[in-house]
Amino acid sequence: MKPIVPILTVLAAILALWYLGTVRLNAPWVYDQAARAGQEVPFTTLLRETMHQERPVLPAPHQVAVGLWEGITGAAVTSKRSLVYHAWITLSGTMLGFVIGTGLGILLAVGIVHNRAMDMSVMPWAIASQMVPIIALAPMLAVVMNAVGASGLITKAIISAYLSFFPVVVGMVKGLRSPDAMQLDLLKTYGAPGGAVFWKLRLPASMPYLFTSLKVGIAASLVGAIVGELNQPAGLGARLLQGSYYGQTVQIWAALLLAATLAAALVALLSQTEARVLGRMGMRR
Amino acid sequence: MNAWQMAVLLGVAALWVLAWPLAVLASIWVGAWFINAEIARGSWTGRRYFVPLLFGLTVLLVWELAARMFGISPAILPPPSMIAAKLAGSLPVLWGDFVQTFVKGALSGFIIGCGAAVLVAIAIDRSPFLQAGLMPVGNFVAALPIVGIAPIMVMWFGFDWHSKAAVVVIMVFFPMLVNTVAGLAASERMQRDLMATWGASYWQSLFKLRLPAAMPFMFNGLKIASTLALIGAIVAEFFGSPTQGMGFRINAEIGRTGLDMIWATITVAALAGSAFYGLIALLERGVTFWHPSQRR
Repeated sequence: MKPIVPILTVLAAILALWYLGTVRLNAPWVYDQAARAGQEVPFTTLLRETMHQERPVLPAPHQVAVGLWEGITGAAVTSKRSLVYHAWITLSGTMLGFVIGTGLGILLAVGIVHNRAMDMSVMPWAIASQMVPIIALAPMLAVVMNAVGASGLITKAIISAYLSFFPVVVGMVKGLRSPDAMQLDLLKTYGAPGGAVFWKLRLPASMPYLFTSLKVGIAASLVGAIVGELNQPAGLGARLLQGSYYGQTVQIWAALLLAATLAAALVALLSQTEARVLGRMGMRR
Repeated sequence: MNAWQMAVLLGVAALWVLAWPLAVLASIWVGAWFINAEIARGSWTGRRYFVPLLFGLTVLLVWELAARMFGISPAILPPPSMIAAKLAGSLPVLWGDFVQTFVKGALSGFIIGCGAAVLVAIAIDRSPFLQAGLMPVGNFVAALPIVGIAPIMVMWFGFDWHSKAAVVVIMVFFPMLVNTVAGLAASERMQRDLMATWGASYWQSLFKLRLPAAMPFMFNGLKIASTLALIGAIVAEFFGSPTQGMGFRINAEIGRTGLDMIWATITVAALAGSAFYGLIALLERGVTFWHPSQRR
């Protein structure tokens, strides 16, 4: 049985909590307004008034849903008022950076596995980079790239790339090393050259590890793109920052929800590919 | 000497004829690489530390020389010596930033978030229904760009460290929850049965068997959370902060193109991050000394 009922229950509980929070957090404003007008606020009015404020402290779920819907369908896709436009800007930066970061990460992992000096020199730093908040580099990189004359897309892509780079390196090195000594020995007894060991044993064996780190990497890429957009005119990150400047909470929540959907869709896409690839290779777990 | 090495040496030699600044850098790089390759092939026990250290130092040296010889503007890439001088010269400011961001923001959020996650994990541990519902949601949320919640938290809790701690709480909660729940399920059936035959109560079996058995998983969660905590605290400051903090410093210095100060701040952040992680790893070694991964 799929655990669909428990999941729906939990989601319903979250939604209920959200509505409760909406009433609780938006109530002071309503009381304030009523006090100024010299009125009492009955509970039913309070409920109604907290649900459709212009700039609520916490917008109700349906307000966010409406904001999201209007953002997606309310304007032409190419317009700056369309969320699709901003999501596309973020997505393009994410994808470009993800492809660059993963490509370089796999190349470095191959080098590390085949070259002892590279392994000992680079690997400790790659591991150390995982515990350092490298995202703090993002705003500086944005400025430097701007000074060098790179476009906004390239800037974002580079930030995304280095965020997805290290997880892929570490995961791929693990994966390429996952064949055990017995399998390596077998290929040796066959007299297989180094290339064949790589293509026929190490690379196929690394696939589960690759997909695991790809999923981590794409989430990191998206965060990188969003943070990289904070100083740029368009994109979901820019929407977040503008929303926080002008107190447009619905806009923030809509952008946030869209970013979450984007992340979920990308991870789901990778999971699908993973299931298909591993299934074809007979490695499904 | 094989063909590869010959080719590299010839290439460096050609560079000496064509462009000497590049040749200096290439010579240093290749020279250090040969030393590392030799040592890596040997059997000296200190090589585990020496090889990466030499690599790091070479990077710094090449960076320094490149920045100076090619006259790269400090507004784009300041040389390491300049960063080190700035770091040494502004220790009080950096310390203030560190306390604001790390101690007040990241650490308090880390403790609250991880503590809450452990309590919730123990609470839902008795209910398979809640587990079946919360685990997929938790796994899902762990992959989301939660730092985006930062502007909302800044609105709710103000510019000071409280909003940063709130972001950190949300960021670390789900990874910690997922790991703790997985850990609580890690004890073996046989062991649990043994506790039952001894008439152990739920709490006795929790504290004496299942929590200790969960420790490797929980420390895994703590390690992930330690990185996330610092990221959350710094990124949250990009959305608004008092005139102190690492994220604030980075944003403020961008306006003044003070890249040396930014690099100094990032150095502090890197040191703080690795020290935090190292501390948790040390604790892990002490607490889970029985686990196979800790055997030496």
